[in-house]
Amino acid sequence: MSEHENNELRPEDNADGVDRRGFLKCMAWAGTGAFFQMEGGVLKSYSLSRMPRLERPSAGGLSFVQISDSHMGFNKAANPDVVSTLKAAIDKINALPARPEFMLHTGDISHLSKPEEFDTVDQILKSAGPKDVFFVPGEHDVLDDDGRQYLERYGKGTRGGGWYSFDAKGAHFIGLVNVLNLKAGGLGTLGAEQLAWLQDDVKHLKHSTPIVVFAHIPLWSVYPQWGWGTEDSAQALAALKKFGSVSVLNGHIHQTMQKVEGRVTFHTAASTAFPQPQPGTADSPGPMKVPADRLKAVLGITDVTYVRGTHSLAIVDSSLA
Amino acid sequence: MKSKATTYVFLAAAIALYCLAKAAAVAVSAQPAPAARDIKIDNFTFGPAELTVPVGTTVMWANRDDIPHTVVSTDKAFKSKVLDTDEKFSFTFSTPGTFPYFCSIHPKMTGKVVVQK
Repeated sequence: MSEHENNELRPEDNADGVDRRGFLKCMAWAGTGAFFQMEGGVLKSYSLSRMPRLERPSAGGLSFVQISDSHMGFNKAANPDVVSTLKAAIDKINALPARPEFMLHTGDISHLSKPEEFDTVDQILKSAGPKDVFFVPGEHDVLDDDGRQYLERYGKGTRGGGWYSFDAKGAHFIGLVNVLNLKAGGLGTLGAEQLAWLQDDVKHLKHSTPIVVFAHIPLWSVYPQWGWGTEDSAQALAALKKFGSVSVLNGHIHQTMQKVEGRVTFHTAASTAFPQPQPGTADSPGPMKVPADRLKAVLGITDVTYVRGTHSLAIVDSSLA
Repeated sequence: MKSKATTYVFLAAAIALYCLAKAAAVAVSAQPAPAARDIKIDNFTFGPAELTVPVGTTVMWANRDDIPHTVVSTDKAFKSKVLDTDEKFSFTFSTPGTFPYFCSIHPKMTGKVVVQK
């Protein structure tokens, strides 16, 4: 049994259950290829427009991309042309040295849940190399109808509000929904039914199975004052405690951030539509206007590579510039 | 002389008009005419966050943000459709009470309308 599979706390562990050696080890696999900076105890990865290319996975490895927050239909000053920037993201994906197996879209596909907005995104995604796209809804995709249209379009074979799981080359992917039934004053919510399903979904998996969880609103407290967190995410993470490698991929905050907590790496992706301010640096989390020639530098895609058998999952953010 | 007389006439007329207007204003406010009140949605905030109005008041919310919001009563008394930039939602409060509400898209945004008899 590897060190990662041992769940027991040792006396030398600090309060969060991770010793220094374990932390550094986890950091090593989380950080391959990305530029990190520690700010206020939070590890951040920055978009690198001209980063060195990662070595492609050997046979049996897995590579996929995450895109997020297309906000099709948005047309305000922060980006009057979200069609072009989504197309630029797809061009970027198609230019990768090896074709990713599939794409994840972590929500806010549309801006106002209008049918034509979803249609436009679907049309643009057809030009992407990877043919399979796995979605989870953002709050902008479930407006006015509690997500019925979203489920009709993207929810085939899913449970409840659209949650599901699938396996790819030995890794287990879990798509969660935390944008429905939000309560006044609260954050994102998973709910009891989904948490029970999650417990059951992972029950029979080996501890060594790499887990990738994706959901729209961050499953860690990025900045609760702006609603950037999920009420009951701790219960979801508790259900995944036995696993040696858990990667959590989110959107919603329109900027890249990364944090390592024990065996769990949290990552948020950039938007393909418009940037939002860093936590607390503006009056509100509304769209951030940057000079037109800077826009593509703050939008982007996330490229994830997993090499089977080594527990390594390399997450690299790439801007559209 | 002539010009002074004219001034007096004007003055008298002005005073009369003033009194008439004041009487009219008193007469209007004595009737239970429902007023309209506005709440602005700006920077992910309802302003004012707490509003006290008499029964019969129509409150209108206007979204000034670049991001859509909703106005949803916590007790299901009222619920707007999604409001895009510059869209508005109105509700007439016909019963007294406290009506907490929030944006169902950004639930950290909360407000309250207090309706008095």
